[in-house]
Amino acid sequence: MDAIMLARMQFAANISFHILFPTITIALGWVLLFFKLRFDATKEASWMEAYRFWVKVFALSFALGVVSGVTMSFQFGTNWPGYMERVGNIAGPLLAYEVITAFFLEASFLAVMLFGYGRVPNWAHTAATVLVAGGTTFSAFWILALNSWMQTPAGFEMRDGVAFVTDWAAVIFNPSFPYRLAHKLLASGLTVAFLVAGLSAWRWLRGDRAPGVERALKTGVILGAILIPIQIFAGDAHGLNTLEHQPQKVAAMEAIWETESRAALRLFAWPDEAARTNRYVIEIPTLASWILTHSADGTIRGLNEFEGNHPPVAPVFFAFRIMVGLGMLMLLVSWFGVWTLRRRGVTPWLARLLIPMTFSGWVATLAGWYVTEIGRQPWLVSGILRTADAAGPVPATTIFASLTGYILLYAGLLLAYILTLMYLARRPDAPEPEQVGGQDPLNPAPAE
Amino acid sequence: METLPDGAWLPITFAALMAISMLAYAILDGADLGVGIWLRSTPDEATRDRMIASIGPFWDANETWLVLGVGILLTAFPKAHGVVLTALYIPVFLMLFSLILRGVAFEFRAKAPPAQKLRWDMAFQGGSILAAFCQGWMLGEYILGFEPGWQTFAFGMLTGVFVVAGYALIGGAWLVWRCEHDLQQMATRWARRALYATWIGVVVVSAVTPLVSPRIFDRWFSFPEIFGLGTIPLASGALFLLLHIFLRRYPRPDHSLDWVPFVATAAIFALCVQGLAYSFWPYVVPDRLTIFEAASAPESLIVILVGAVAVLPLIGVYTFLIWRIFGGKAQELKYY
Repeated sequence: MDAIMLARMQFAANISFHILFPTITIALGWVLLFFKLRFDATKEASWMEAYRFWVKVFALSFALGVVSGVTMSFQFGTNWPGYMERVGNIAGPLLAYEVITAFFLEASFLAVMLFGYGRVPNWAHTAATVLVAGGTTFSAFWILALNSWMQTPAGFEMRDGVAFVTDWAAVIFNPSFPYRLAHKLLASGLTVAFLVAGLSAWRWLRGDRAPGVERALKTGVILGAILIPIQIFAGDAHGLNTLEHQPQKVAAMEAIWETESRAALRLFAWPDEAARTNRYVIEIPTLASWILTHSADGTIRGLNEFEGNHPPVAPVFFAFRIMVGLGMLMLLVSWFGVWTLRRRGVTPWLARLLIPMTFSGWVATLAGWYVTEIGRQPWLVSGILRTADAAGPVPATTIFASLTGYILLYAGLLLAYILTLMYLARRPDAPEPEQVGGQDPLNPAPAE
Repeated sequence: METLPDGAWLPITFAALMAISMLAYAILDGADLGVGIWLRSTPDEATRDRMIASIGPFWDANETWLVLGVGILLTAFPKAHGVVLTALYIPVFLMLFSLILRGVAFEFRAKAPPAQKLRWDMAFQGGSILAAFCQGWMLGEYILGFEPGWQTFAFGMLTGVFVVAGYALIGGAWLVWRCEHDLQQMATRWARRALYATWIGVVVVSAVTPLVSPRIFDRWFSFPEIFGLGTIPLASGALFLLLHIFLRRYPRPDHSLDWVPFVATAAIFALCVQGLAYSFWPYVVPDRLTIFEAASAPESLIVILVGAVAVLPLIGVYTFLIWRIFGGKAQELKYY
């Protein structure tokens, strides 16, 4: 395998592993704030139980996100030096703003959120939770601005092969940014909704019927049921935006080889790159035109118009189907869940349904990112910089060695992460930890 | 004084910010890594928990200085970023690998089943040592200008060991400051051991650097600069002597001077960075690329600078807050 393919695989491995954890922390921060505010309002200990359990999951996810994120910032240089040389004037400030506005904020106040209860007044602890949740969201804002700019660049001019900014507002609020940001934040919310619901369902089914467990389960199900229709709507809008700015990506998503009107929606197919056609097709007539142009006669540009300049079709096509399929499953499960909760409360049936959905958000998120990132190929920055032109001089054997190291490490850490979540969930709720200074954790004396 | 290109103040400002970030990282996360280096020097689990508790609220923000430092290299000097990081591919990979291991071990050792805790302690210590070593290795490669060959590699191995010693010193000094009783006493012993190794390291690096580069030799050994510059080695010598004397006297009856070894070590680190900065100015890649040649477009630098000037005081405020909230002797750290 050549060095570029290996470098791409290494970047994909790193960023796939990395994104799992921010996807949890972005929304979990706000869910924790919800638990905390409910506790402040009702003084019911069960909300605090829920907070106490999930803040541990937050801390663990945050640490994994930080360490894998540090890796990313180095990998731009070790493997893709051409990237910063060509578009550093844009990528640089956006990344710098992420560090200075988000990273220090999160990293500092995380300590108060995790260990500060009892050392600071209750309001300050709530404020720290707000700041950490805000920090993770800021971070998403900047990084998605950059990613969207790479998809749909705007607000710049090229001089001697280097991009120079002409309009910062246009760079940040580039055409795909609002859609991608909304889609990602909702994805994060759904991932957390099903994680919280699923893990709580597992605890509940194992006999841990503490009110905090049930509270968390209900919060997860209701959050999922609220967010999923919004996500389907936002996803559709994002798709239409992609059709406008990156039609070749949509053609690959739908495996449309030749430009056609009244295009059918392929439910399943086996895209054959060599023959430039699909095999084993199961399709619904005209539905693709309906979805993408909101009209049966709508014309969709096929891959034939982008020959030599479009992404590989099969991975984009399948990843898109996995994402959409999981979205539909989420809709069914969460709405059925709300219906059951309203009629009969938590039932073993519902719990058994939620458990396999625990990590569904992760799978859908990764599938979605594969659609948009593989769908951008062969470009690193659409129309400006080809992926192959950004690669560095490091030999293939060296990259192979580091790639192997990363994959082994990440596989081990992922296993450790999931086992630790299960261990935390299984552990009978530890007796109230003693507070520093012997304060009651639920009624702390204000700090001096 | 050589004449500077127009608009030179921007690259200079960013070079200074980068040096400050790297220094802050070496002092702050250096202490965290140092604590990790000593972690398994005591078999007692409660003592280890206390050692971790002393850095628990800080390590995350401390590691962010590394992200800021490399972020400035990435954003302000994009041409250098690629050259430096491809040249340092292997040590960077090993460092990241070990920083990941160290970072997750923080969380896993507190949450995993007790039987696995010892394994995560090993990961914590191993990660800390290897991360420190790789940073030293990179320093050595950098000093020799990434010249391929076994000499550079050997020098990198040597500086790797010295940085492990330096971090072990500042980690020990941190524990002297933030801990009490038996642990403080142990930490004093550890710091003393690391002190002499660090001293040898600083002397060797200071001697080798001018020998391998005639440019740096001329820079240091010319009149009248040598009189001003002489204060750097003299001041570090004095600080080493101070540490040598002070570290014999702990634990002291009262805790009012417990901070001295940490601050003195931090000052030695600052002098080392100052010396390096003077040696390599104006290069960001030694003898190849100056900060002016490697800098981003001024428009982009201004945008970053405006943000940094607006936000850095805020970062200062909340760093101060955190240090106040978690100040004093380390207490038991519990998720509530």
